[in-house]
Amino acid sequence: MDALVRSANEPRATEARGWSDSVDLTIDRVSKTFGAAAALHETSLKIEGGELVALLGPSGSGKTTLLRIIAGLEFPNTGRILFDQDDASALTVQQRNIGFVFQNYALFRHMRVLDNIGFGLKVRPFFRRPSAAAIRKRAEELLELVQLSGLGRRYPTQLSGGQRQRVAFARALATEPRILLLDEPFGALDAKVRKELRRWLREIHDTTGHTTLFVTHDQEEAMELADRVVVMSQGRIEQAGTPDEIYDAPNSPFVFSFIGESSVLPVNVKSGEVLLDGVPLAIDPGDTAEGAASLYFRPHEVELVEAGTGAIEGIVESLRRSGRSRFAEIAVPGIGRFEIEIIAESVLNSGDPVSVLPRRWRLYADASRGGADA
Amino acid sequence: MANANLASTPPLGEAAIAPLLPPAHSKTSATGEKAATRWTLIAIAIGFLALFVLLPLGAVFAEAFRAGFGAYWEAVSEPDAVAAIKLTLLAAGIAVPANLVFGIAASWAIAKYEFRGKSLLNTLIDLPFSISPVISGLIYILLFGAQSVLGPFLREHGIEIVFALPGIVLATIFVTFPFIARELIPLMQEQGTAEEEAALTLGASGWRTFWHVTLPNIRWALLYGVILCNARAMGEFGAVSVVSGHIRGETNTMPLHVEILYNEYNFAAAFAVASLLALLALLTLIVKLVLEWLYADQIAGTRRH
Repeated sequence: MDALVRSANEPRATEARGWSDSVDLTIDRVSKTFGAAAALHETSLKIEGGELVALLGPSGSGKTTLLRIIAGLEFPNTGRILFDQDDASALTVQQRNIGFVFQNYALFRHMRVLDNIGFGLKVRPFFRRPSAAAIRKRAEELLELVQLSGLGRRYPTQLSGGQRQRVAFARALATEPRILLLDEPFGALDAKVRKELRRWLREIHDTTGHTTLFVTHDQEEAMELADRVVVMSQGRIEQAGTPDEIYDAPNSPFVFSFIGESSVLPVNVKSGEVLLDGVPLAIDPGDTAEGAASLYFRPHEVELVEAGTGAIEGIVESLRRSGRSRFAEIAVPGIGRFEIEIIAESVLNSGDPVSVLPRRWRLYADASRGGADA
Repeated sequence: MANANLASTPPLGEAAIAPLLPPAHSKTSATGEKAATRWTLIAIAIGFLALFVLLPLGAVFAEAFRAGFGAYWEAVSEPDAVAAIKLTLLAAGIAVPANLVFGIAASWAIAKYEFRGKSLLNTLIDLPFSISPVISGLIYILLFGAQSVLGPFLREHGIEIVFALPGIVLATIFVTFPFIARELIPLMQEQGTAEEEAALTLGASGWRTFWHVTLPNIRWALLYGVILCNARAMGEFGAVSVVSGHIRGETNTMPLHVEILYNEYNFAAAFAVASLLALLALLTLIVKLVLEWLYADQIAGTRRH
């Protein structure tokens, strides 16, 4: 795991400054309600210039609302949005000069691809508007950047989903936006195209150096693409950190179970010991508060050990093959069941007793959501 | 050689496979019908159209020219007829733009915003469709007529509404106002607001967004609505008949003029004016056809997604 740590603290984008000066984005105690329902509780977040940040969460977690507030498409009930030191809260969406890529592309269906890309320049007030030739040239450059040269005269309906998304991207870049906001940019595409576009987006980002914020519900996409991942749930930021921090040190049961595979067992913390059904486990509770707690671990971060060594004792209930490995569902009588990942060649059979010891784990006291360290 | 060999082998294979196929396919897909059914349906549709639409329309033109072209020209160029034609075009020329503005505003409000009373507004738009045109006309008599509450006030200030152009225009607007809105609302609801939002994020003002994004996306539905609205505005009889007063050369529109001529047993002239009215309607349809043909790819682009 440690070998995979990447230098997320140094955004790769800063090398290329030809496009835009990367703008810092500050979200300062922003909240939003729709009618009686709170879509976003008081939320603060700081994003460094040139960072590629993912807003990750299930639907209804407020991530799209936050993105639309930054864009100026929604206005918050409280709080401020800052671009560098400038308060953008009172600016209209037009004045904010952001690039926004919509989930379903929202290309202008009656315009050809080049006209779509040039639209933002064409609608500028007369004294800031480039000449028609300059707009065309710029649109063609952008079309080349998104690797669609030669398709400029097509209508959006004559393009595939992935191509449309790239046109939407080029259109958003045309006005030299201060920051880029992407709402589920790959949400409507099939798995293969998503993977291609992911790499493509990373490359474009490294070329242009925009501060970029994208919304996704796909944790794999967020972890693979972003410098920093912001996990949201029920209108709150649960955790913000590098993909490694999020995966290796999730600060709440929600983050633990939302990112990657997880197994969980109810335990009790009592006088420095972790008890499973009254039996002490070979697990150090650290400073976890006394009382009921949840023991979280990854299915692949376990060891099968001898019985009676402070391991979790259970019975193999079922086995299923998944790619390179095998998953075993282990039942702990009277407590619950959990899953472990073992090698495919394993000789375990249904009904066998097993002793499982997690190599890494997190303990979260049940009363407080914040959790504690392992 | 190889090709010749390949070509000569399949018949054997086919012969072997053919008996395994299900009996001759009369249908090419689950929703397809048998040829006989298909032709029967087409024949019914065409026969019905011919009998109830083309035949009467043809009869109008045949009757109009029965007395020769000279009589036809005389009928449509006599002063009362010319006045009726002018009045009809004027009333339609005011009513259609008014409904264009109203139709776009109402569709925009209904399709793109959420507000209290939205379903009430939606229902009200249909009102002119659901009540008799005669009642639509009577409404204005009751509102602006000599015996109405407003009557004395209007008379005092010399404002003529009923039995004058304003009344005819009001009645025409009332009767034709659902046409454009009804065309636009479903389309605008289907298109949503995403493109408008995209235009705003690209820096376009509200007006430019409307002009460059919203309007082009609805222009074909709008054109169709305008054509239907115009056809109805020129042809409206009931409501206009009530408020017009039938003053020859002054408040007679073309449909009313046709009725007067017909009631006077002046069939040739009645049919001549009627044919002119029919011709105006046909012309608008032809304009629509030509435009659709010219901009076929753009229409495809805005309709499908």
